[in-house]
Amino acid sequence: MLARTRHAALWTAEHGIMSAGDDGERAKRFREAALPHLDDAYTLARYLMRDKTDADDAVQECYLRALDHFDSYRGPAIKPWLLAILRNVCNAEFARRATQPAAPASADEAPATDEHLWQEPQPSPESELIRHRDGETIRQLVAALPPTFREVIVLREINNLSYRDIAAVAGVPIGTVMSRLARARSMLRAAWNAEQGRAK
Amino acid sequence: MNCSEAEILIHALLDGELDAGHTRDVEDHLAGCAKCSKRLAAFRGMRQAMTEANLKETAPLYLRSRIEESLPAPTRAAAFAAQAPRFGTLWPSRRSFAGGFATGIILSAAVAATLAIGVFRSDQNQLIAAEVVSAHLRSLQPGHLTDIETSDQHTVKPWFNGKLDVAPPVIDLTAQGFTLVGGRLDDINDEAVAAIVYRRRNHVINLFIAQQPSGGRRSAMSESHHGFNVRHWSEGGLGFWAVSDLNGAELDEFCQKVRASLPGQSGGA
Repeated sequence: MLARTRHAALWTAEHGIMSAGDDGERAKRFREAALPHLDDAYTLARYLMRDKTDADDAVQECYLRALDHFDSYRGPAIKPWLLAILRNVCNAEFARRATQPAAPASADEAPATDEHLWQEPQPSPESELIRHRDGETIRQLVAALPPTFREVIVLREINNLSYRDIAAVAGVPIGTVMSRLARARSMLRAAWNAEQGRAK
Repeated sequence: MNCSEAEILIHALLDGELDAGHTRDVEDHLAGCAKCSKRLAAFRGMRQAMTEANLKETAPLYLRSRIEESLPAPTRAAAFAAQAPRFGTLWPSRRSFAGGFATGIILSAAVAATLAIGVFRSDQNQLIAAEVVSAHLRSLQPGHLTDIETSDQHTVKPWFNGKLDVAPPVIDLTAQGFTLVGGRLDDINDEAVAAIVYRRRNHVINLFIAQQPSGGRRSAMSESHHGFNVRHWSEGGLGFWAVSDLNGAELDEFCQKVRASLPGQSGGA
């Protein structure tokens, strides 16, 4: 992490000076390929990190890493490639926090109050139709899903990725994507209905 | 097919990920299974609600600036990029993640704020162009194009009263080939702006208008960003941004006609 920071600083200093030639050309290609997906990356980061500042940092780190590895990028689709890097950045950050001595910062990670939001609250009303919910409520419901399921919902419903691309981002077979998505939607629906019950 | 298989496959059906054979299998099952049909309807409703809620986030301008500046800059951003590390070390990021992320190169909040405030003031026209194009794209989502839909300029103009601290000029160019569609309030990097919507054939043109800070008259700009043409100019204390997928020549024509019709304008400037 510290090494990473130093590396980034050196990297920027170096590239700030030598901005011509091949390097500029490569950067230009990278910009054109990667920057159009900034909103998608930011969206995923917001849901994975569940914090605005953390999301900012994750996206920035993602773009730095992506540029570092741009030479090894062989297409075809840059969006899943970029989101896979972002996902790794976020997971690495969570892993790093997990190894840290328990800090107050971890308090906002999956607080107990989240649990009942998605657990099956009562006999599931199969026939009940989904009522409309405003964006903020839906965001909270999605944010309360466990990470594995949150990720697949966001990639599918918000980032609009195909199953194949989701599989590439999450590094799992398509079959796993399908079963996770089914499970994730069931959880979300249960939470949705529960929230509906609470909202009376 | 039994229900537990269908339970997974209805999602693939919903997502359009099933081949013809499986689609038929699932549909056959659904035809005879009320429980699975209801389930599919519920998921479809949930999905619809999520789409309508527009859950996608827009990356804030300061983040875009930060990232753009951290990339090796081939063009005019080069001079700025060279300064970035210096700013970065002067002001460490407010929350360093205990060093988790690459905070060293992050522009300080202060610098980012300066950039952000200057939506219509900043020299970094390209960044603003990106925001403008994003706003344009957002407006093309179903139901987002206009808050007030009318081709009558005398209806659109008063609609903005009290909603903005400027009175944006609303010009009817229908007779000149650009149909006035309506207006809406938009938000470009947290700044309220007027968006006047025009149409040329099937192409939507968004004309964003906001107050220009005093002395902030900027030179005109013309560029293409991700396949959209963006034009900018300022006059009469207002900043104008026109964006469309219309070809450059016709967008120029549009801008000329707007400018020629602005109050107090005697044939362009």
